Amino acid sequence: MKRFLGFLAALLFATSATSADLAPDVLVKNVTNEVLEIVRTDKDIKSGNTKKALELVEAKVLPHFNFQRMTLLALGRDARQASPEQLKLIVQEFHSLLVRTYSKALTEYRDQEISFKPFKMTDADTEVKVRSEIRQSGGKSIPLDYYLEKTPVGWKVYDMEVAGVSLVTNYRSSFAQQIQAGGIDGLIRSLQAKNKSAADPAKAK
Amino acid sequence: MIEMNIGYRLKSVLTVTVLAGLLSGCASSGNQKDPIEGFNRAIFSFNEGVDTVLIKPVAQGYDAVLPTPVRTGVTNFFGNIADFFIGVNNLLQGKPGQAASDLGRVLVNSTIGVLGVIDWASDMGMEKHDEDFGQTFGRWGMGDGAYVVVPIFGPRTVRDTAGLVLDVAADPVGHVDHVPTRNTLLALRIVDTRADLLPADKVIEEAALDKYSYVRDGYLQSRKNLIYDGNAPREKLD
Repeated sequence: MKRFLGFLAALLFATSATSADLAPDVLVKNVTNEVLEIVRTDKDIKSGNTKKALELVEAKVLPHFNFQRMTLLALGRDARQASPEQLKLIVQEFHSLLVRTYSKALTEYRDQEISFKPFKMTDADTEVKVRSEIRQSGGKSIPLDYYLEKTPVGWKVYDMEVAGVSLVTNYRSSFAQQIQAGGIDGLIRSLQAKNKSAADPAKAK
Repeated sequence: MIEMNIGYRLKSVLTVTVLAGLLSGCASSGNQKDPIEGFNRAIFSFNEGVDTVLIKPVAQGYDAVLPTPVRTGVTNFFGNIADFFIGVNNLLQGKPGQAASDLGRVLVNSTIGVLGVIDWASDMGMEKHDEDFGQTFGRWGMGDGAYVVVPIFGPRTVRDTAGLVLDVAADPVGHVDHVPTRNTLLALRIVDTRADLLPADKVIEEAALDKYSYVRDGYLQSRKNLIYDGNAPREKLD
């Protein structure tokens, strides 16, 4: 079950400014190293300052994610039921949820080492998988894989797998369940409620 | 065994919880993998309750009191015992190379690693694996069957529950003759495992819309991945 520790490292995905023409593996490596370096030396983040971690993720990691695509993947077929306005709201709320999860994971990072596996691609590829692993003492290393797609503004991450558990797929049945119970608006309401309760420090743990 | 003792003590609570779950009927959201969702949810909240009042607080204390090197040593000690059966399972799955490496790990760590406390084998490039009887059955072609939440032990499938029975029967710690030593070791292992999961816990609380289905789907994905040793075919998403 230690593999779930991988969530810690899952957030380690970050970025650098001029990334539009970087190869996907280089991009992931740069962002990871940059963010880890900051987390390693920042005592506030290490002691659980979620706000500071949140800012770090917003600035360094977010620009490299395609939240629109992630949301569509998590919705699956149900996406067709949603109006463009509803979809926009879901993307927005899902975005906050994922960012908060990432930031939380960063505050739990404890100097595990991340190493990258050999990467191969051809010029024609528009979707690639960059593989890395988290090494930790006393346990099996945790695979951490990034799925990226090529866009006009550089490579963007649209899914991540921690020990084979896909971030996007894992929301699929929760989303379907909410939609079945209360329609698309039901899903939006439950995402909003989740984000609100987590943002409220009185309720958050 | 500690698990059993807890089980006995809480048996009446459990019975009530299960009945409540059955009476509330199948609150099934129609997930094919989870035909007994109402029942599973009842056991899940029972497990969460036991965790909240008993296991988690102890694990938090343990985590706060022990320095990291000591904690790692404890995790390694139990990991070394587990490596032997990981090797046996690799052998049963027709992977003699990996099995040999696992047994090599046990030899190295039990000797120069001082009874398994130091994991020299990983530094020497003998990778740690993750195998159990449930995965072996999977390799042999047995389907996973329905998702089941087992009291205290947590998420399993029908196949993995069968595997769990063998895992427990084969567990060397459960066969220690000196009862106080055995109970201490079993309790220590539970607390150490739980303490290792504390960080993940916080992240799951943050991430999950519905903790029950988040844990279920994560478990099912992760098991599939383990059976394929990390190369599971990717589910078509679009």
